[in-house]
Amino acid sequence: MTEIRKEEFILKCTSACAGCGGSLCLRYVLKAAGPDTVLVVPACCTSVIQGIYPATAVNIPVYNIAFAAAAACASGMSSAFRALGRKTNVIAYAGDGGTVDIGIQALSGAFERGTDFLYICYDNEAYGNTGMQRSGATPLGARTTTTPGGKPTTKKDLDRIVEAHDPPYMATACSAYPLDLYKKVKRALGIPGPKFIHILAPCPPGWRFPAEQTVEMGKLAVKSGMWVLYEREYGSLTISAPSKAAMRKPVPLEEYIRRQGRFRGITDAALTELRHQADLNLRRLTREAEGIC
Amino acid sequence: MRERLAVSRPVEASSGRTGSWRTFRPVVDREVCNACGLCALYCPEAVIDDDLEIDLAFCKGCGICANECPKKAIEMIREDR
Repeated sequence: MTEIRKEEFILKCTSACAGCGGSLCLRYVLKAAGPDTVLVVPACCTSVIQGIYPATAVNIPVYNIAFAAAAACASGMSSAFRALGRKTNVIAYAGDGGTVDIGIQALSGAFERGTDFLYICYDNEAYGNTGMQRSGATPLGARTTTTPGGKPTTKKDLDRIVEAHDPPYMATACSAYPLDLYKKVKRALGIPGPKFIHILAPCPPGWRFPAEQTVEMGKLAVKSGMWVLYEREYGSLTISAPSKAAMRKPVPLEEYIRRQGRFRGITDAALTELRHQADLNLRRLTREAEGIC
Repeated sequence: MRERLAVSRPVEASSGRTGSWRTFRPVVDREVCNACGLCALYCPEAVIDDDLEIDLAFCKGCGICANECPKKAIEMIREDR
């Protein structure tokens, strides 16, 4: 088993909601990255949960910056550190809105320049800290405050957009599997160049399920095949163990959907489409892992 | 030195003592607990230490520990306040 660092880099306590999936991710990302790390955070839940000025709960340097600028700022920081001969990890830590919608231009630019940094998108599938407005990452049929009848369009496939940049390392993770996340962050930081990790972080108030089920919900997302854990290193894809197990014995998609208030009243057509997409995604990844395409 | 930037410093309780948010308090049955540590692993706030003692000054009472405990050794009991 992986030896997890005992030291915590989040002082008690953030102002995150009880049972926050994003807070759990942040905890393990910082543990994996260690003290010689700078976090670049655009507007997202993480910029709020740090605490109230002039106090912060995060015990490493954090640079809070505008929505669209996280990856650009991290690029500059990384260049400055390397020019000084320092190996400091630069991590851009952004939510899904700041990645798939507003920050995608800066993200694409940084990956094209080959910046030596790690971009982490923790995805709660909506703009959480402003009260759950739909984002490009909101799945089909999910209700948010701006899509009260369920989102009519599908989730933007960010991973395929990032894949098109051919990064040396990219991975998906889920807050319900902290050890898997820890290993992936460690792996990513050991590789030079632009790295990307996409983490699914279930959000109890936004997805409308009880706070104690955050981890359970994350596991259901993986077990139902809605979220596939994998890593792609220099173009070769490996599906992670929890997803491999899920492929052998999947949990019905309804189990995941019905437990969340945001999918209440979802139409059968939307449900069929969600299932179709999950199958398609899984099939594509399996074929790639087997080296068929 | 005068600070020219708005810089926050890391301190404990930057958002106050979040234990006051709690509606349900986790109570561990030490007889049943086998010290597997999954509660500490999954705690989003890292308020469970190596000895699996829960820091009630900060625990928000989300109940993930009780939900994930394989031995069901943690019970969530309503706070009377």
